[in-house]
This record gives sequence, C-alpha cells and structure tokens, in this order.
Amino acid sequence: MSNLLGWIDERFPLTKMWNEHLAEYYAPKNFNFWYFFGSLALMVLVIQIVSGIFLTMHYKPDGAMAFASVEYIMRDVPYGWLIRYIHSTGATAFFVVVYLHMLRGLLYGSYKKPRELIWLFGMFIYLALMAEAFMGYLLPWGQMSYWGAQVIISLFSAIPVIGDDLTLWIRGDFVIGDATLNRFFALHVIALPLVLVFLVVAHVLALHEVGSNNPDGVEIKKNKDANGIPLDGIPFHPYYSVKDIVGVVVFLFFFSVVLFYFPDGGGYMLEHANFIASDPLKTPEHIAPVWYFTPFYAILRAVPDKLMGVGAMGGAIVVLFFLPWIDRCKVKSIRYRSGIFKANLIVFCVSFVVLGWLAMQPVTETITFMSRLFSFLYFAFFVVLYVTSKNESTKPVPDRVTS
Amino acid sequence: MKIASMKIANNMKKSIVLLIAAVMLMPVMASAAGSSVKLESAPIDIFDKESLRRGAKAFGDYCYSCHAASFMRFNRIAKDLEMSEDEVREMLIHTRGKKGEPTKIGDLMKVSMTPEYARSAFGTAVPDLSLTARARGADWVYTYLRSFYVDDSRPTGFNNAVFPDVGMPNVLWALQGLQEPVYKKVMHGDVEVEELEGFKMAQPGKLSSAEYDMFLGDLTNFMVYIAEPVQVERRSLGWKVLLFLVVLFGFAYALKKEYWKDVH
Repeated sequence: MSNLLGWIDERFPLTKMWNEHLAEYYAPKNFNFWYFFGSLALMVLVIQIVSGIFLTMHYKPDGAMAFASVEYIMRDVPYGWLIRYIHSTGATAFFVVVYLHMLRGLLYGSYKKPRELIWLFGMFIYLALMAEAFMGYLLPWGQMSYWGAQVIISLFSAIPVIGDDLTLWIRGDFVIGDATLNRFFALHVIALPLVLVFLVVAHVLALHEVGSNNPDGVEIKKNKDANGIPLDGIPFHPYYSVKDIVGVVVFLFFFSVVLFYFPDGGGYMLEHANFIASDPLKTPEHIAPVWYFTPFYAILRAVPDKLMGVGAMGGAIVVLFFLPWIDRCKVKSIRYRSGIFKANLIVFCVSFVVLGWLAMQPVTETITFMSRLFSFLYFAFFVVLYVTSKNESTKPVPDRVTS
Repeated sequence: MKIASMKIANNMKKSIVLLIAAVMLMPVMASAAGSSVKLESAPIDIFDKESLRRGAKAFGDYCYSCHAASFMRFNRIAKDLEMSEDEVREMLIHTRGKKGEPTKIGDLMKVSMTPEYARSAFGTAVPDLSLTARARGADWVYTYLRSFYVDDSRPTGFNNAVFPDVGMPNVLWALQGLQEPVYKKVMHGDVEVEELEGFKMAQPGKLSSAEYDMFLGDLTNFMVYIAEPVQVERRSLGWKVLLFLVVLFGFAYALKKEYWKDVH
C-alpha cells in the first residue's frame, strides 16, 4: 500500500495535497455553529451534480416533451421522484446554506484583509449559482418556469439601445421557446456547473493560502509554536472532518424532512402554477420568482422606472462585491464591534427577509411603500457602514482566540 | 463624531420601531389579499384505499372520457390501489385505440376527444387532470365541484362560483341536483351590488347533500392521488431515512467527542 502511495507521489503530489489541504491545514480551534455552512455548501454542490446527472438521463430538453418528461421521471422512472425531489430540494438548500455562509462572513468580518479575494470568489459563486438556479427553473417547462423566465429576460430590454437585440439574443427566438429551453439546458448542465466548480476550487485555494478566519477575528498565524504550527490551530483532518460529519448528518435530517414531507415547500419551492404545462397564451395571475430571488425582485418592483429598477436590483448584488472596501473597520468580529454596527447589521438582515416576503405579495400601495422603505434600508446598510466604520468605537481584541 | 453617531443610533432606534411595526402588520395585509370565494376543506385521506377506489370509479364514470389523466398509467392505479388489472380495465378502460386495437393496461390514460373538437364543443380545450389537484389544491377541486349553479345565460346552462363562466357543464347534476344562486345586496360605497351569498336546491338529485359531499371527497382524494402517485411511498420511506439519520447522528457525535477530547 505504501509502495503504491510512493509510486503515485513520485508522479503526482497526492500526499502533498492531502497534507496541505487537510491533514496539515491548521484551522482555528474555536469554530462555532456558523462554520458548518461552508462544508455543507460543498456537499450540496456534489448532491446537485450527482442528482442532476441522473435527471439528465431521463429529461428531454424539448419544448413539446419537457413537461411530460419531468412527470415521466416522477412516475415511471424507478426512484425518479426521489432524484427529482433531491434536486429541487437541493436548490433551496443550496441557497439556505449559502445565505447563512455569507451571513457568517458579515458577522465575523471574513471578507476583510487578507481575505478579500476569498469574498470576491464567493460572490462570483453566488452570481453563478443564481444563474444556474434561474436556468434550471426553466427546465420543468411549467407556467412559472415560462413566465418567470419571461419576466427576468425582459428586464434586459430596459438597457438602452441594445436592449431588444440583447433579449432576442438571449432567447434565441422572439418568444421563449424551444430554442431558449435548449440553450438554458446546455448552460445549466455544462457551462455553469463547470464555472461553479472552478470558482469553488479558487475559493478554497484562496482560503487555504491565507488561512481561516474565526469568531474572534484573530489571526492565528501570528502566534506559532517552535515548529511553525499556530498555537490556536488544529489540523482540519481529523478534527474538523469529524465535526463536519456531525453537521452533515444534522443537515441531512432537515433536508430529508423537507424532501419526504414537504417536497413542494408549501408552493415556495415547487410553485403550484408550475404543475400546469407552459402556455405562451395564458399569463398566470401572480408571477413570483422562487423564494431565493425574491429580495432582489422586491427591489426591482420598488422602483417605478424599469431601467432604474433593473439598475437598483443589479446594484443590490454588485454592492456586495465591494464590501471589503466599504467596511473600513480594522476589527473583524462582531464580538468586538460597536453597537451601531450590530444594529446596522440587524436592520440589513431584517430588510433582506422582509423584502423577500414583499416580492411574493400582489402589488398594492402599501406593499409598494414597504418595498421602497426596505429597499432604502437595504442600501442604507452600506452607506451607514462606510460612514461609521472608519472611526468605529470598538472593544479591545484579544491576542489569542477565546474558548 | 460622537454626536453624529448618537444621531445615527437614534435614527436606528426609529427604524427598528418602524421595522417591528411593519413585521406586525404583515399577517393583516396577507389575509386582505385573499380570494373572494372561501374554499371548503376537502375531506380526503390519501391512505384510505377504499375511498381512493371509490374515487377511481367516480373518475372513470364522470370525468375520464372528456378529461384525460395522461401522465397516469392504468396499471399503476391497479398496483397502488390494490386492485386486479381486470377490475381496473372494467372500471376505467371504455375505449379502443385509433385502429380499433384494445387499450393496454400499461397505457397512459389518454382520451379520444381531440382539442379541436373540445374547442368547438366547450369553447376551450379540456384540461388534463393528472396534476390539477397539485396545481389548484384539493380544496379548490372539492369546492369547485360543489359550486355549480343554474345560469341560463351560459351556453351549457351552468355557471360556477369558484370558476366564473367556466366552459364545463355540471356533469354531476343528476347526483347533486340543480342549485340556484342566492344573492344578497351589498353596498360598495354608494353603489348597490348583488353578491352571491349561497345556493338553494331547486331540484334534488339522487344523492343527499351528505352523500354527495362524500362522493366528492372520494373523487378529490383520487385526484390528489393521481397528481402524485408516489406520495404514500414517499412518506413511508421518509421516516425510515430520518430514523437512520438519528442513529447515524449518535455515531457521528460520539466520533467527534472522541477526537475532540484532546483539544483545549
């Protein structure tokens, strides 16, 4: 066995990679609950890829056959229903896990120097994930697939001069049709998964280059022992590999509860109207995007002018990329930051959730007013952060990690 | 700087109060946006095979011939509802294929009515019922089937309170009887409008109202079943998976504890 390993190691850096990224990657020993979501996101990605491969074996990306092929998977393919529900529940789980993972970054300042690139790669992952989810949602070819895509693609027509040609180019037809379905399928099963995997590798490599942050926001590399090992660090494997397995089991428990008992998520994961085959002549009463896009959709709806609305919606995502430079406070962890920061972050999180709820409501005057209020609060977070973080009154940060 | 930050803190308090007020208002507004006809709760039990078999019979007798359930196979019903294939053939297969060949038990539940004919007869294509209970909900299906009333202004002589100006006639009228609408006068500002208040039975049908509700309960139950035939199996596999994960958690947690003993 060791001979085989030696033979490989002379030709491929297997042991070296194992050590660099697992056995001799020293992670802070004080990771808490919030640190489960990175490894969980990686696992959900694998779940989605594997379940997606099996779905692809039976799905037909054809305007006349797509809807029926999904029902064929649900009824006639042995355990097809299980694979399909794993994939549809996985999409929601992916966003739950990623949103919590991003919130962790906000709580402990994980985007700050020297981890700006980790944050940027992460933001690109988030962007690719949104594109991946959007295109995947067209594939069942139900009413919500069709009209949701119709709404989102038509946003591009707001762009001056090139708008109309651009939407035509995206759809590949004058309306959403077979051509659109085929290209979305290609992008969903080949292009975007490749991009995602590449970005995840970059995200993890950048993390392992600078080392993990922790709930105290202390750089553990500043205190090393004689062998150059951080005093507050423990090898990722076996310590965090066995700990993450516990997280995985707990996650899979909740995942299975949804999968086996609430697979359509009360109409928020598989929307009711999506059980009606797509019909270009019948617009559904309410077109609401799937829950994970709703906060941005609410911002879009809050602005009366279409172009400005698209700009605001795009801006709401783009501004997150600049977080490492908007937040000018040297202290990373919320544990040692000011009350203003804490209040600001709470308002931001509440705004995000409320916006998500608002987008699912039919438009009324009150809903529009509230959408404007909470869109304002969403953006105010970044302004307040920029202004107050420069000379924030922080608490003293310890030299070593606590507990 | 201090004054500025105090001001911000003050504003923050104001916005938090606003936030709380907004969150508390939410349920009120959500109910205000609801639909006009109150849906009755459908008396269904997806585990009741007896009810599902009665529902299958009702579906075959009254729905299936105009409506298809074209994602469903006859023999799947036989298997799931514990019936013999001959029973299912007797109950549901009344037609032959285009060339006169017998319909196979493994076939999908299609119908011979063409969309063109449906459009000329009813003004619209007849919807496939495989997924209706999932798209509209069981309560909608149940309430819809109870809500037909006599309306001479409609081509079929029927209208429906849940689905106004629907193309479908009340095919169940012989069972249900003929209902006439009862209106009440409501003031919308200064304008007086007539609103549908309920129904009164103009001509009783073969079934009493309680019997008819049970009949519709069985039929709705069957439609919920065909919308997702795997749901009983899904639930029964679910708790086994959850049980396995609970046991696995015990091992995973013990393993973690064992390794982490030496981390201080």
